[in-house]
Amino acid sequence: MLKYIAKRVGLAIVTVWAVATITFFLMNMVPGGPFLSEKAISPQAQAALEAKYGLDKPLFEQYLTYLTDALHGDFGDSLKQRGRTVMSIIKTKFPVSARVGGISVLVALCLGVPLGCIAAIRRGKFIDSFISVVATCGIAVPSFVICTVLMYFFGVKLKLLPTLGLTSWKHYIMPVIALAFYPTAYIMRLTRSSMLDVLGQDYMRTAKAKGLSQAVSIFKHALRNAILPVITYVGPMLAYTLSGSFVVEKIFTIPGLGGEFIGSITSRDYTVIMGTTIFLATLIVVMNVIVDIVYKIVDPRIKLK
Amino acid sequence: MKQNPISFQLKLNPEDFLPATEEEKESLVIMRESVSFWKDGFRRLMKNKVAMVSIVVILIIMVFSFIVPSFYPYSYKEQIKGANNLKPMEYSEKELEAMAAGEKVFPHIFGTDKLGRDYAIRVMMGSRISLLVGLIATAIILVIGSAYGSIAAFFGGWVDLVMMRIVDIIYTIPDILLIVLLSFALKAPLGALTSLPGFGWVRTVGENLISIFIVFALLYWVGMARMVRSQVLMLKESEYVTAARALGVGNGKIIKKHLLTNCIGTLIVTTTLQIPSSIFTESFLSFLGLGVAVPLPSLGSLASEAINGLNTYPYLLFIPAALISLIILSFNLLGDGLRDAFDPKLKN
Repeated sequence: MLKYIAKRVGLAIVTVWAVATITFFLMNMVPGGPFLSEKAISPQAQAALEAKYGLDKPLFEQYLTYLTDALHGDFGDSLKQRGRTVMSIIKTKFPVSARVGGISVLVALCLGVPLGCIAAIRRGKFIDSFISVVATCGIAVPSFVICTVLMYFFGVKLKLLPTLGLTSWKHYIMPVIALAFYPTAYIMRLTRSSMLDVLGQDYMRTAKAKGLSQAVSIFKHALRNAILPVITYVGPMLAYTLSGSFVVEKIFTIPGLGGEFIGSITSRDYTVIMGTTIFLATLIVVMNVIVDIVYKIVDPRIKLK
Repeated sequence: MKQNPISFQLKLNPEDFLPATEEEKESLVIMRESVSFWKDGFRRLMKNKVAMVSIVVILIIMVFSFIVPSFYPYSYKEQIKGANNLKPMEYSEKELEAMAAGEKVFPHIFGTDKLGRDYAIRVMMGSRISLLVGLIATAIILVIGSAYGSIAAFFGGWVDLVMMRIVDIIYTIPDILLIVLLSFALKAPLGALTSLPGFGWVRTVGENLISIFIVFALLYWVGMARMVRSQVLMLKESEYVTAARALGVGNGKIIKKHLLTNCIGTLIVTTTLQIPSSIFTESFLSFLGLGVAVPLPSLGSLASEAINGLNTYPYLLFIPAALISLIILSFNLLGDGLRDAFDPKLKN
């Protein structure tokens, strides 16, 4: 077990390092420096600015300095938003994204798992076909389509919900629906197929034969086994809700990390690009590692390789 | 010959050795032609109504996006003067005058956009771009993924270990982050490339579109590679591979001729299911403004442009949005049908 965890953590560290390296060199390939877009500044002033942020040094030296600083938790100052460190930007923006994303993940789990179970138990009945159709359609609709359609009907036509910002609980409804839509549909399908698998197992027949009620056999025997594939999906789902939030945050103008990331690329704010990328990558990789380890603990049948 | 009643001697009769009669021979004749893999699969596919309907839908969309635009009276970049923001089936004043004078004017079925371009043709061109991106990107993924996966599995050992660790890393890299970065970073080098002689086509295709393909080629083959690897790992133990090796067939030929042809079912299914996810990603990127270059439309960029006028012209958004969902849905359903038909093991 310890060896497995060590291996996974090692791979995670390599991944984060790879992301940081790729991002660093890619970013420097993007034409136009951070100080070019502003109104004409004198060459001296530009040189001074570049010297201040160490941009005049050779690329590889910049890379090494950045890595050592990042290891100490210092992502540097924002080049565009004067006087703010990258860390402080992440600290103010991330909770917003995390709240919307977290609620969406919870909604997806609380809806997807029970509905998938119901579909599997009532296999072939109307409710099964209904849920399957909804789930199949659900994974075919891109998040921006859901966002805009919701916005049109509830925000513009019926004027029930606010369309911009994130100040009251009402503001959360549409972004959460938009973000939770795809994962919910996916979890429904996943739960249904794995539940069907489990219901056909011998031990389910045994449970029935020894006189367990349907509720007990489903909750105690079937659900515990059927939930396993869903656990593996939680990691990628988190990645999705964080990355899918690019679109959702753009449409609903939510001041979150996704919008910040897109904004920092267009304004060539090198340090913010690096900081947010490394932060999001680390978050996703860590979530994946945790999910993998939890999976092995929950299901001892899986070989520890 | 006198037989011992308790002996185990064979009790043979001369009649047992007579030639078989015609009647007896008939039972051994193969009545039906043996069903090939393809025939069997297609027969199962034809029975699947959902899959057949989605094939028809895909074909209709393809006809509208590849054939109809070539003889459509409007072009996707032509701006008709005075015909801005027309509602569906509405005519501009000029066109009404022309009609009053007895000329025939082709109706704007979906209306026009704010620059006076016919929206129906833009939607058709948009779906052409989306379909092309889906198909080409998937072809790239198929080639890279199957080659990588089969090489890793075939050679095994440390080759497999190193190659699969690379796959693991790429798999965990948050893809959207890299896509966004890559499409920004590749813009300039590709732009420089267009000025070189012989690379003029880059401009017509659009730098963003090519960077999307590069992104797909770099990141999205890993799922395919894993799938192929697991199949080849199983297949390479088969007798026919040993036989081929004993006959002195080279490694490359064994992979191409024996291993990849035998996981064709998995390849078909994975490829078909890859198409909608490529289209999905393209529309997402176009929506964020990282997709195709103007004036070329894609379904994602059409939807993105329509958001600003959502209040007054909602149909400008709903048409491309519905179409992209329909395309993805049909490819998904077709993929499910193909999986049931060609790869029944995968069905659950």
